[in-house]
Amino acid sequence: MLNYILRRLLLLIPIAIGVSIAVFLMIHFIPGDPAKIMLGERANKESIERLREEMGLNEPLYIQYFKFAGKIVKGDLGRSIMSKNKVIEELKERYPATIELSLFAISISIIIGIPAGIISATKRYSFFDYFSMSGALIGVSMPIFWLGLMAIWLFAFKLGWFPPSSRLDATIELTSITNFNIIDSILTKNWLAFRNTLWHLVLPGISLGTIPMAIIARMTRSSMLEVMGKDYIKTAYAKGLKEKAVIYKHALRNALIPIITVIGLQFGTLLGGAVMTETIFSWPGVGKYSFDAIMARDFPVVQGTILILSVTFVLVNLIVDLLYGMVDPKIHYS
Amino acid sequence: MEWLIQKYIIVKINARGKEKEEVKVHENKKDIEDEIENEIIHEINEEIEEAEESFLKEILKRLYKNKSAMFGVGILIILIISAIFASLLAPYDPIDSNILQRLQGPTLKHWLGTDDLGRDILSRIIYGSRISLQVGVISVSISLVFGGMAGVLAGYYGGKIDMFIMRFIDIMLAFPSVLLAIGIMAVLGPKLSNAMIAISIVNMPRFARIVRASVLMVKSEEYVVAAEAIGATDFQIVFKYILPNCLAPVIVQSTLSIASAILEAAGLSFLGLGAQPPTPEWGAMLSEGRSALQIAPWVVAFPGIAIMITVVGFNLLGDGLRDALDPKMKQ
Repeated sequence: MLNYILRRLLLLIPIAIGVSIAVFLMIHFIPGDPAKIMLGERANKESIERLREEMGLNEPLYIQYFKFAGKIVKGDLGRSIMSKNKVIEELKERYPATIELSLFAISISIIIGIPAGIISATKRYSFFDYFSMSGALIGVSMPIFWLGLMAIWLFAFKLGWFPPSSRLDATIELTSITNFNIIDSILTKNWLAFRNTLWHLVLPGISLGTIPMAIIARMTRSSMLEVMGKDYIKTAYAKGLKEKAVIYKHALRNALIPIITVIGLQFGTLLGGAVMTETIFSWPGVGKYSFDAIMARDFPVVQGTILILSVTFVLVNLIVDLLYGMVDPKIHYS
Repeated sequence: MEWLIQKYIIVKINARGKEKEEVKVHENKKDIEDEIENEIIHEINEEIEEAEESFLKEILKRLYKNKSAMFGVGILIILIISAIFASLLAPYDPIDSNILQRLQGPTLKHWLGTDDLGRDILSRIIYGSRISLQVGVISVSISLVFGGMAGVLAGYYGGKIDMFIMRFIDIMLAFPSVLLAIGIMAVLGPKLSNAMIAISIVNMPRFARIVRASVLMVKSEEYVVAAEAIGATDFQIVFKYILPNCLAPVIVQSTLSIASAILEAAGLSFLGLGAQPPTPEWGAMLSEGRSALQIAPWVVAFPGIAIMITVVGFNLLGDGLRDALDPKMKQ
């Protein structure tokens, strides 16, 4: 097992190098002078030259890359052109916000998606099956930014149940330790902030979680249906086990592998989807940060955010692979 | 399969041979053999044609019986009609603004209301169907051609080429797709045509993988080996024998990809990276309506519903095609 983990981690290195090359080359693919584009057409020659010098744009490409990669290894992602802040410092604040939102969203989608899929599979062609599968179809076909806006209109503007934006009410104070608001509020026993954080998570969490929920429900249904036709399920029924025991102990456990794969893939999609959701809900996370940076052509920030999100994505895939072994004892890592 | 055909041929030759011998005893043996051979080839060709035809018929029949797939086809037909006849169907000009009529709710005069510049939303949605269909079909065609080529190269030649292409695809898949599309847009600059390029690049890996997998499966089949043996060029083998046998998964993936491409394009336009105003693109319309969301929710609601219906149509057709082409997959 340990060997396998180590080997998988080693395999991450070429992918990480590839990603860093792609991110590095990004600014060189833009037609024209990156420094000029970043500072705008009206910038004077000296400041452009200074930026070129600062970014090392005057050196040969491979030297530039080695310098870039060397800095990344040391945790230095450069400074934002706009705010002059260190990108890594900004990410320390924003990355937890994105992860908190994504984890919340994926939890909602798992809690609703898997049971819906199980019921659909066990009560095939029932009203519930048609209802939840049509819901899932609409769920995967919906633009999440539209769902987000409609949710804001209905639940924030019309009904006033949930706040339409930000992570925490401005009036509530919370000392940040990890920058995960939920963890911080538990650590400081600040229950007011805890409740408020959850309150703020509901709308963005649901709109971000809808597509994964739909996909998880569909996958659970079809995976369960496949397993339920197997002989060992018939045997389990034949030896007189209760329906519940058969479904949860025998069928679900064997159906879990494709479901876990899909959950892992969806977590990656969530990280991308966060760009839209965070923009709509003014969520101060990496997604909104990267989008604002793209619009402002603030390339060090764009590079940093894309890098950190892709690395997260790859790591999530690794965790999914390792989970297989826990769920299915037949899988050995050797 | 092959041995069956061969046996069939032998049986036929024997039967016919006897027949002919009895009728025309004096004829040259060679002539008879040639004649028989021609007849058999003709017969087999006819049977293959019939088999192909009935296979296609069978698929269409299965698709036709699938109610939800037909519902999807219905949606798509309506969409195509509205895209072709937009200028006849739309009650107003999609770009003409009329400030006096701004932000009106749905009325008899404006069925779906007006936006913040007083433009008729229904007309803009009808014209928008042109853009969404175009974006979906064109970007998927691009990813199909280039992704498919990469998949054929990787699957057919294998070895180092396969390694190189698949590692490259792994790297592409390491980026969350929306983020990759946005990153490409950052390089190319905001424009609808650039959005199409970005979306097709993002979807390429999927096609490459599917085509590669099918090529690997087909490559070792006997008919491909036979084609190699009679000296067919790589080009002939790929286009005549391998690609036609990879079609089923590619057709399904294309249909489903059009659905996601339309969603992605709307997303990019919503972020201001795709279609630029005053183009009546659904995602862009949604984003223009954002500022007035509190007082005029219909400006946002209807374009979103249009996107959803379109995507549902492609998804239903794609699922139906998958069930029809591969009945084993059907649950």
